[in-house]
Amino acid sequence: MPRELITVNDLTKEFVLSTKQRKLNNTSEKVKIAANKLNFSVYEGEVFGLLGPNGAGKTTTLRMLSTLIKPTSGEAFVDGASIVREPDRVRSRIGFLTSELKLEQFFTPDYLFDFFADLHGVPADVAKARKAEMFSRFGINEFAGVKVANLSTGMKQKASLVISLVHDPDVVIFDEPTNGLDIITAKTVTDFLLDLKAEKKTVMISTHIFSLVEKLCDRVGIIIDGKMAVCDSLDAVCGGISLEDRFFELYNDAKEAAK
Amino acid sequence: MKNNKIWAIMRKEFARFFGDKRLVFTSILLPGLLIYFLYSFMGSAMGDMFGNEDGYVPVCYAVNVPANAEAMLEAALGTDIQTIDAAETESYKQQITASEADLLMVFPEGAEALFNGTAVPAEDAPMIALYFNSANTESLAVYQTAAAVLDGYESSVTNLFDINMGDESYDLATEEEAAGQIFAMMMPMLLMMFMFSGCMAVAPESIAGEKERGTIATLLITPIRRSHLALGKIFSLGVIAVLSGVSSTVGTVLALPKLMNFEDSGLNMDASFYGITDYLMLGCVIVSTVLLLVALISCISAFAKSVKEAGTALTPVMLINMLIGVTAMLGSAPTNPVMYCIPLYNSAQCMSAIFSFAADPVNIAVTCGVNLAVMGVMVFLLTRMFDSEKVMFSV
Repeated sequence: MPRELITVNDLTKEFVLSTKQRKLNNTSEKVKIAANKLNFSVYEGEVFGLLGPNGAGKTTTLRMLSTLIKPTSGEAFVDGASIVREPDRVRSRIGFLTSELKLEQFFTPDYLFDFFADLHGVPADVAKARKAEMFSRFGINEFAGVKVANLSTGMKQKASLVISLVHDPDVVIFDEPTNGLDIITAKTVTDFLLDLKAEKKTVMISTHIFSLVEKLCDRVGIIIDGKMAVCDSLDAVCGGISLEDRFFELYNDAKEAAK
Repeated sequence: MKNNKIWAIMRKEFARFFGDKRLVFTSILLPGLLIYFLYSFMGSAMGDMFGNEDGYVPVCYAVNVPANAEAMLEAALGTDIQTIDAAETESYKQQITASEADLLMVFPEGAEALFNGTAVPAEDAPMIALYFNSANTESLAVYQTAAAVLDGYESSVTNLFDINMGDESYDLATEEEAAGQIFAMMMPMLLMMFMFSGCMAVAPESIAGEKERGTIATLLITPIRRSHLALGKIFSLGVIAVLSGVSSTVGTVLALPKLMNFEDSGLNMDASFYGITDYLMLGCVIVSTVLLLVALISCISAFAKSVKEAGTALTPVMLINMLIGVTAMLGSAPTNPVMYCIPLYNSAQCMSAIFSFAADPVNIAVTCGVNLAVMGVMVFLLTRMFDSEKVMFSV
């Protein structure tokens, strides 16, 4: 049995809604439960997909796991480090990429790679070798000296991806990895995730694209309205039907139950 | 390793700032240059306003002017006084209104007696009328000179006693002390303003700006401790703010003699009479104050959602800082060390004391200690804010 690298126990996140937000969401409830007592594990060397519609709580869950926000209750461990009590240790073990994380427009990918390598405490010679490898793999060399402000969306995404992995983490967490990318860059990112899978890295992605999950993931957790509807291997979840059909079955069941 | 991370943040901030030539020019070079030229211009403009323009020959007329008064006035005004008839006064008044003439002096009949010492003091003293045009700066200056000459003469003929009429110098203050008083009055307020604007030029952009652009989240996802991020930011922004403050200060010190017109009065007005100890004490006060200000501005900026919002939130703080600077202009610095426990007020008072050669090292030490302690509290607060999702991500 492979080792559990991410363990999530009753992870819950509640957001207090302002009067304005309540009006916008057409609700009288003062608290929104974005993640509701989530329990799941991600094993070493597997690709785990968190699948769900927009607003289901995928990004909130990943932000808690990456220690950007704190859970209201519950706990999670990344490679044995608690996200509540040891956030620094968690951050040193993961590479996290989300569209929320931006690179400073003034600097070049070359400078930013070195800067983030410093912050991650990567030795200079190791960082140099890794930069050469990653820049060449993603074709960044040709724009390594261009300020981020002057890069296209695809180039920026490539630079962000490489910089998020500057310290060669064992656990890689990607939030909507192909969102907003053109088909060429999306293919580069998907291929890279397949490479990570081949390298037996532990990868967790969140997405609402069924084909991406089917192509990449060993196991999948379907999250609807903050609750984990099902979490198992891809085959077990699908049960002989397509992932899309299975998802809408679960989605309709959840909506019926909520009435 | 820990210090390396603080240093990494500092290097990044320096690279961001010094890599942008426009930012360096507007934040460091421009304030000094602007202050130098602005103050020099203000000084020369004020000099022109209150003094006669070089080479200007005023046009003066007089009625019934006695010969010895004429000679005295001509010498003082540097022009020939043209004598006119009493009947013509109205037309010359109109000339003054039209700025074609500067001064009309109407002496009473028999004014000779007033100027040759034969007049007897009477209850209704005769009057000399001086007509001038206050809207015309030359006319006003000529009037003031003529009035002063005649007033002085009047005092000397009814002389009961004189004050300080001998040749010796009666002001026993040394030149340094006299100039020091001027520096003590002007510089603390200006320095408080320069330090604040130096911090304002960089801190909101670095904290609220990074938050606004989403780049702070990229830093927060790295294993760097929040306290190291806060310290790295505050130290680097402090260095930049000090450079900006130094530029403004150099501009002021160079322009102050021109602003105060000391070149005309012959007073040696440069900062060369302050010793190395004075500059060291001033440096300590400035560095501790800038660190405190940067930390304070960073904390307020961290609350703001954008640079613009930070600027609005910081306006009242800027006004308070300016008011504190003004306190240094009023009276002399307090001697009680307890008064030096009030942050920012202590800095203004210390600088005032240093400039007037009355600095007490104990008070300077208390000031620097208090400022650094308050900065420590601010760093702690900023660390907590970097750790707060409510503040950083508004959730």
